Amino acid sequence: MSDAADQIFVLARRSVVRTSRQPAQWIAPLVFPMLLLAVNSGGLKAVTHLPGFPTDSYVAFALAVPFIQGALFATMNAGTELARDIQTGFLNRLALTPLRGAALLAGHLGGVVALGLVQACFYLAVGLAVGVRPASGVGGVAVLLVFAALIALAFGSLGTWAALRTGSAESVQSLFPVFFVFLFLSSMAIPRNLIQQAWFRDVANANPVSYLLECVRSLIITGWNGEALGLGFGVVAAVGVGALALSARALPQRLAR
Amino acid sequence: MRLASVARGVAWRSLHNVFTNPSLLIPQLAFPLFFFTAFAGGLSGVSRVPGFDFAEGYTAFQFVFVLCQSAAFGGVFTGFGIARDFETGFVRRLLLAAPNRTGIVLGYAVAALTRWLVTATFLTAIAFAVGMKVGGSGVDLPALYLLAALVNVAAGLWACGVAMRLRTMQAFPVMQFPVFLALFFAPVYVPLHLLQGWIHGVAYVNPLTRVLEAGRSFIAGAPSEAGVAFGVAAALAVLFAFWALRGLRSAEAAG
Repeated sequence: MSDAADQIFVLARRSVVRTSRQPAQWIAPLVFPMLLLAVNSGGLKAVTHLPGFPTDSYVAFALAVPFIQGALFATMNAGTELARDIQTGFLNRLALTPLRGAALLAGHLGGVVALGLVQACFYLAVGLAVGVRPASGVGGVAVLLVFAALIALAFGSLGTWAALRTGSAESVQSLFPVFFVFLFLSSMAIPRNLIQQAWFRDVANANPVSYLLECVRSLIITGWNGEALGLGFGVVAAVGVGALALSARALPQRLAR
Repeated sequence: MRLASVARGVAWRSLHNVFTNPSLLIPQLAFPLFFFTAFAGGLSGVSRVPGFDFAEGYTAFQFVFVLCQSAAFGGVFTGFGIARDFETGFVRRLLLAAPNRTGIVLGYAVAALTRWLVTATFLTAIAFAVGMKVGGSGVDLPALYLLAALVNVAAGLWACGVAMRLRTMQAFPVMQFPVFLALFFAPVYVPLHLLQGWIHGVAYVNPLTRVLEAGRSFIAGAPSEAGVAFGVAAALAVLFAFWALRGLRSAEAAG
């Protein structure tokens, strides 16, 4: 294995092991989205009777939400863990080694993506267990997992950037409500065309989270929808590239040699 | 007399901490407003579901839920403050100094109620500003606030009891989670009769369902099940008062 690959592997393994040893870090991302799914799919089942609602199963419609909520947790976990490394001086000690900055980011985010994939498999398994059958079939499930990994990478990069900029776990945690606002002001609970309030519809139209949700949703309830997939992958690529570039720019200040 | 002076001191300190610290005050005001916006705005289409018959509209329908939610979480947030006071050692010093320790619990409960009243005023002003409709002549509205105040007291005493027993900030989820479940396993988005499946069964036996349904009837100007709702809310407050006082004894015993 090359030096860089070795460094990435060791840091990714450390990230995964560290997360697995802190139950709060992985139980919350698994349980909370499922709880919200249960509450919403029970309480909003009547919404499927609205003319134009795309499916008669609200669970299938709402199953997209945990994927995005899981990404928010990935953001927080990625940022908090890195901020803790900064606060405890671990990053300063790493700066004394020949570790490359890119390897640090890749290793750290590798762990986040691994957790994101575990989350996605769990959400899918729960969905299948309660009778949701993805309309896009096995191929769609594969695309869904790739998308989940990309979401974890993109949002994890955002958390990483926040940690590198602030160096404080508390500051990263304080971002959580901001992301939550984005989730709630999207087409999370009802399709955009069925939102009655014009101002809310405009907000949901402008909110990139709506397109992430609709990408996942299209694979589950409508099958292969090029527009939804294009918009979803486009948004996640834009967020990911932007956040990675910002993280790469902020890293040298924290990994000063 | 000693009870009142201890309660006044604890309540004043707790309120002073909240109202001079933006990081505590802003979430208390912003979160209910955010939920109100997200639910009343984003889900307004729910009012077109066949069988949805709440005449005052979806904004008023959701206002009642968000008001009760802000009341419950106002109480829980006060529990967070008590846990923080334990970790900093403040409550232990208070236990040594207070001539009547029951006043400590009373003081925290008064603080929870007072801070919620500020949130409720803010939320109400916003709701009317965005055109919320109230049925009847509005004379039933005070009953809605009284009902929500009882929810606030009950939730505050619940969180206080947990904080007194566990005495650590790590107890936050223990305070928050049952309240969250009780709130969201009630008819949040649609009336009880429109819920289907398992959630209807859960909501039917959930005591907060009575509170929400009565609260919505107050805002519609056609009170129904008021006695049951007040009975349930008062019973919860009394039950959790015992829970909090037993927690106080547990904290005393722990030293």
